[in-house]
Amino acid sequence: MCTMIASTKTVQGSGKGATGWFPVTQSSVGYDHASHFPEEHAMLLDFVNYELGTDARVAVELNLASARALVAQLQDAIERAELAGV
Amino acid sequence: MWNSFLTDSHVSVLAEIITYKGGDGDEIHAYFAHPNDDNVRGGIVLLHHNPGWDEFYQEFAERLARHGYNVIAPDLYCRLGHGTSDDATAKMRVLGGIPDEQVVKDSRAALEFLNALPTANGKTVVMGTCSGGRGALLVASLVPEFNGVIDLWGGNVVTPEDQLTPDRPVAIIDYTERLNMPLLGLFGNDDKGPSPEQVNIHEDKLKELGKDYEFFRYDGAGHGFFYYHTERYRWEQAMDAWEKVFAFLTKILAN
Repeated sequence: MCTMIASTKTVQGSGKGATGWFPVTQSSVGYDHASHFPEEHAMLLDFVNYELGTDARVAVELNLASARALVAQLQDAIERAELAGV
Repeated sequence: MWNSFLTDSHVSVLAEIITYKGGDGDEIHAYFAHPNDDNVRGGIVLLHHNPGWDEFYQEFAERLARHGYNVIAPDLYCRLGHGTSDDATAKMRVLGGIPDEQVVKDSRAALEFLNALPTANGKTVVMGTCSGGRGALLVASLVPEFNGVIDLWGGNVVTPEDQLTPDRPVAIIDYTERLNMPLLGLFGNDDKGPSPEQVNIHEDKLKELGKDYEFFRYDGAGHGFFYYHTERYRWEQAMDAWEKVFAFLTKILAN
């Protein structure tokens, strides 16, 4: 099914895509049809900068378990960084 | 029917990416495939799925053309910019999707393109898979000049009110009253969207309103069981479903 589950945020950072590093301006998180991952659906993570073109994109497709693990991993790293005060 | 060509026939198909005047007069891309002869024939507007205007849809259009139809598959994401089909699809997600109104306008324009061809017999079907199946039902409900519609496992036909959006303001099932052409629907019973229960709700509405429809449901098949490039492909169900597609097209698009 097409879930149409997707949200987009403005972000600051850099990503490395097909043509090298570029500043990313938006992140998109969706759960819908995968393009490459061999399951019907995947957590679709995209970091893009459409001022630079449609292909200014870093894409990752994960299954739900991996997405949950990533959330925990991110949260843990954020907390440690904040504790470290850096 | 599959494999029904005669070995002494001269089947020839032309297929190419073109631009045509889509909704609001915008020049948009389409994949246009048709038999390479001057015979008069029916036309098909083929609406692509959520994963984009991709190679599967080019081959889908070519298969339909080989069976004797003029086929146009508009790039519904064309206005978003260009790249690989998965890049364009990602951009569609980032920008929040394609409004239903745009799909209707581009499809109506595609119908006009087909009917203006010197080989047009004036009969057309709109069809698609996944979100293209939903789109086909949407278009068929709002553009009565089509002669038939094929919904291949279109999801979100039955949509709870809290999931309607400004771009998709009406649940497709609520357009059923306006659907006045034959409908063929093909579904996998392992699909979660549309689930068998949602297909039943849709069928109940079609029955209640006395609509001309045929639904076929396949055990052992889920969403996208035609997609031979994925693990979802189910050859037995797909080949049976293709026969139903060809039979419907023969009936609706005959000269």
